[in-house]
Amino acid sequence: MSDDVPDAGYDDFLDSLADGEPFYLEGPEGDGWLPPRRIDPETGLREFTREPLPETGEVLTMTVTNVAGPSFAADAPYLVAVAQFGPVRITGQLRGMDHEDVEIGQEVTLGVGTSEAGERLVVFEPA
Amino acid sequence: MTRVPIAGVGMTAFGRQSERTSRDLFAEAASEAYDDAGLAPEDVDEVFYGNFMGEIAERQGHSGPLAAEAAGVTAPATRVESACASSGVAVRHGVNRIRSGEADVVLVGGAERMTNLSTAEGTAGLATAADALWEIKAGVTFPGAYSLMANRYFHEYGGTREDLAHIAIKNHDNALENDLAQFQRSIDIDDVLTAPTVCSPFGLYDCSPMSDGGSAALLVSEAVAEDRGLGPDVAIVGSGQSSDRMALQDRASMARTPAAERAAETAYGDAGIGPDDVDIAEVHDCFTAAEVFAIEALGFYEAGEGIAAARRGETTIDGELPINLSGGLKAKGHPVGATGCGQISELTKLLRGDHVNSPAVADAEMGLTHNAGGTVASCVVNVLEVMG
Repeated sequence: MSDDVPDAGYDDFLDSLADGEPFYLEGPEGDGWLPPRRIDPETGLREFTREPLPETGEVLTMTVTNVAGPSFAADAPYLVAVAQFGPVRITGQLRGMDHEDVEIGQEVTLGVGTSEAGERLVVFEPA
Repeated sequence: MTRVPIAGVGMTAFGRQSERTSRDLFAEAASEAYDDAGLAPEDVDEVFYGNFMGEIAERQGHSGPLAAEAAGVTAPATRVESACASSGVAVRHGVNRIRSGEADVVLVGGAERMTNLSTAEGTAGLATAADALWEIKAGVTFPGAYSLMANRYFHEYGGTREDLAHIAIKNHDNALENDLAQFQRSIDIDDVLTAPTVCSPFGLYDCSPMSDGGSAALLVSEAVAEDRGLGPDVAIVGSGQSSDRMALQDRASMARTPAAERAAETAYGDAGIGPDDVDIAEVHDCFTAAEVFAIEALGFYEAGEGIAAARRGETTIDGELPINLSGGLKAKGHPVGATGCGQISELTKLLRGDHVNSPAVADAEMGLTHNAGGTVASCVVNVLEVMG
């Protein structure tokens, strides 16, 4: 497995985020998902429309990671959060705030960042 | 409901034995199970073997036939991989095989070698049980994933690190006399609360350790048990399994474990019992908070009520519903692929009276195992009963 080969869907999402036009996939019943999706896991339906993500989201939970795997060893300690953007929840690292100041409910924006090892990842910043 | 007698069980000591291969660990557990059951390798019709990270730790895939070979068996052999639920699911496959009538004797179990890896390598290996795109690429570790759940639980229902600490203290106490446990030492609340933080809110003592170990059980049909005069004392009388979305972000709830709720409902229905009928349980406490999620999903407590059960003394060895009398994953150890069948081995001994903690639960007749994979994207629940 080469890290140079993109992951279709995931990297498309990061590209859209870097271009300032992030999207999600909306199923026929209004539920939202991140790519790649061909079948809605909730409804089993196969029709999606590409919808723009809201610009701000809200932190639902978070943790500060002190003991990391090799890919993020140089980033520790770092704060991972799950945030709600419209019908979609997204996992990323929250940057630009002191860790002890972050609380559930924090408003955040979404962007693309880079780990110390040079890998792209989803990052949140305070709105 | 067809009973599946457990003719014999075996489990290696769990702990740091870095030089031992998983095939050797499984062979030791299987040897003990043969002796316990009064059966031999040639009696085995099929093997289901749980292993999670053999490719990472030992550069070994395709370990079903390798495990069967190590156990002296030439029969259909399949590796079952369901992360930390691998051997619990292997047990369930064995149960289904016996019930279908296609096999009379099935060897189930699992093994894992972990401590030959560095902490960082092991952390990365365990993280592969999470979603590779949407979690691992964001830096989610396994303790991190459960920490996300724990912090959401605190937000929705309340609870404190002190509540969680009492779970760690309880499970260490339960393991004190268990010679198969990795940690046979007691800890106090200061030890837990002042330990280095792994991922907030978890300190070191909130986390199960990296472990090496193997486990095995011989499941048989009632006909074979009777014909061969095996006289097993305990049978599996109910089994259930369920799945959930892989990534926490796609779950209906991050503070509950719906897959465990569904698996429990199936297992209870299969056994014809309810949560009130369970006397003791071995649950998947890979982290202290995981025990809370488990006892709530199993219906022992309402959502938000399980957090302080250990602190109130309700799940301790002399409580109303003793949980993890083996020491649990927390103190007994957590060699991932061996854990689920290890719970079966320990619970079988607890129920039939030959576990060091059996005297404390001498009247127990109904027990349950809860084995989870990932952040409970997989869960299997098995119900065990003393055979009358």
